[in-house]
Amino acid sequence: MTQMNEPLLRVDNLTMMYGDRVGCKDVSFELRPGEVLGIVGESGSGKSTLLRSISAQQEPTKGTVEYQTRIDGVRDVYQMSEAQRRLLMRTDWAFVHQNPRDGLRMNVSAGANIGERLMAIGDRHYGNIRSNADSWLGKVEIASERLDDLPSTFSGGMQQRLQIARNLVTSPRLVFMDEPTGGLDVSVQARLLDLLRGLVHDLNLAVIIVTHDLAVARLLSHRLMVMQQGKVIEHGLTDQVLDDPQHPYTQLLVSSILQN
Amino acid sequence: MSEMLHAQNVAKSFTLHTQGSVTIPVFEGVEFMLSAGECIALTGESGSGKSTFMRMLYANYTCSQGSIKVFHDGDWLDITTASPHSILEIRKRTLGYVSQFLRVIPRVPTLDIVAEPLVALGTDRKTATDKARDLLTRLRIPERLWQLSPLTFSGGEQQRVNIARGFIADYPIMLLDEPTASLDAQNRATVLALIEEAKSRGAAIAGIFHDHETRDAVCTGSFDVTSFKVGAND
Repeated sequence: MTQMNEPLLRVDNLTMMYGDRVGCKDVSFELRPGEVLGIVGESGSGKSTLLRSISAQQEPTKGTVEYQTRIDGVRDVYQMSEAQRRLLMRTDWAFVHQNPRDGLRMNVSAGANIGERLMAIGDRHYGNIRSNADSWLGKVEIASERLDDLPSTFSGGMQQRLQIARNLVTSPRLVFMDEPTGGLDVSVQARLLDLLRGLVHDLNLAVIIVTHDLAVARLLSHRLMVMQQGKVIEHGLTDQVLDDPQHPYTQLLVSSILQN
Repeated sequence: MSEMLHAQNVAKSFTLHTQGSVTIPVFEGVEFMLSAGECIALTGESGSGKSTFMRMLYANYTCSQGSIKVFHDGDWLDITTASPHSILEIRKRTLGYVSQFLRVIPRVPTLDIVAEPLVALGTDRKTATDKARDLLTRLRIPERLWQLSPLTFSGGEQQRVNIARGFIADYPIMLLDEPTASLDAQNRATVLALIEEAKSRGAAIAGIFHDHETRDAVCTGSFDVTSFKVGAND
């Protein structure tokens, strides 16, 4: 059991420059097990750049990303060997893309999509892999009889749930999500939100979720970071940031929501 | 009586950046204390800032100045400076809040929404669900609705779901924002009984009540927020 008060992830002064252009600048925060951090801001504000830099997909220009590994204690993810980093990314970390096609292999079955991540960490027993895949389909509310079907025959909402199953099957402790409800219609969104919230609670997942949807951020995240032009301009308790925003840009963002 | 919550020299103003950065001062120099077993009515005319003050006590709104200390797990913590993590812990175990709005994920059954605060505290699901059933029954939400999302319910029903959710965990401190506003006489009586029960187990309660009868029935004292309005004593 990880110590609840030790941060799982520590990001310090992270800066990503594209030549002279700022991707994200001087971002620092900590994340504990079970904690959900929302990152909001308009398109081009640096949310996705930040997410890629934290999740070891794009080395930052400056700053560090430290992670509490299961075996080796706190490690800087950009100081690890390529092999160690890849192992981390496919076991203890997970990445849920906005477009399930970016996170799934469309030409193999749903079961194989889930099983692949298990095989990547050395599981070789076909029966175990299949039953584990089947049980994960159940957890994301996909019927067992779809186990051998191709993801391309699934609806968008089902594909997204399959992507989540594929990611969570290795029991990761940290999950990155980039607009996970983005392309889904509203009724499917609600179901996915409910599912995600349940999984986060039951598995004590730490999550960093990028979204432009403030309602999604409110329902899922404990803390909220608001970004504008690559910088974090406000960071705090989610309902405090949304209900009593201090920064002019956050006020504009919050006051621009359509009421229904 | 033991003190549970103490606000000292609290001030609050809003700066509206989207409207010419006008600053609206609301309170200054607020001194407020809440002890176990008492129920204090926050009073003041409509628009005087009762709900604003309550939201400050819940750390939903920030304070511009001063401190709000809450007795949590044997320690005094200042919620105006506590980390988000500590505030969430305080809300989970110490500080309950019944707001006027129900904010939930669509499609989650009413029974689960009511049981959730207890489940979050580590109570097993069965015990939590049983207690949720009891509360929903007492508040006259028909059993056929329990598996449905409360978002489809009437305003009064939603409010009772909110109350059930707010009273399911025995929070040491409770904040109630108009808990009886759109209820009929029977349901109002149930809510009054719930408040009495909370008082007798030692909860410290602050409430906003729209009618005198409710206030007179359950409150042990009152606190007029108007006297701390900016400019009130000039």
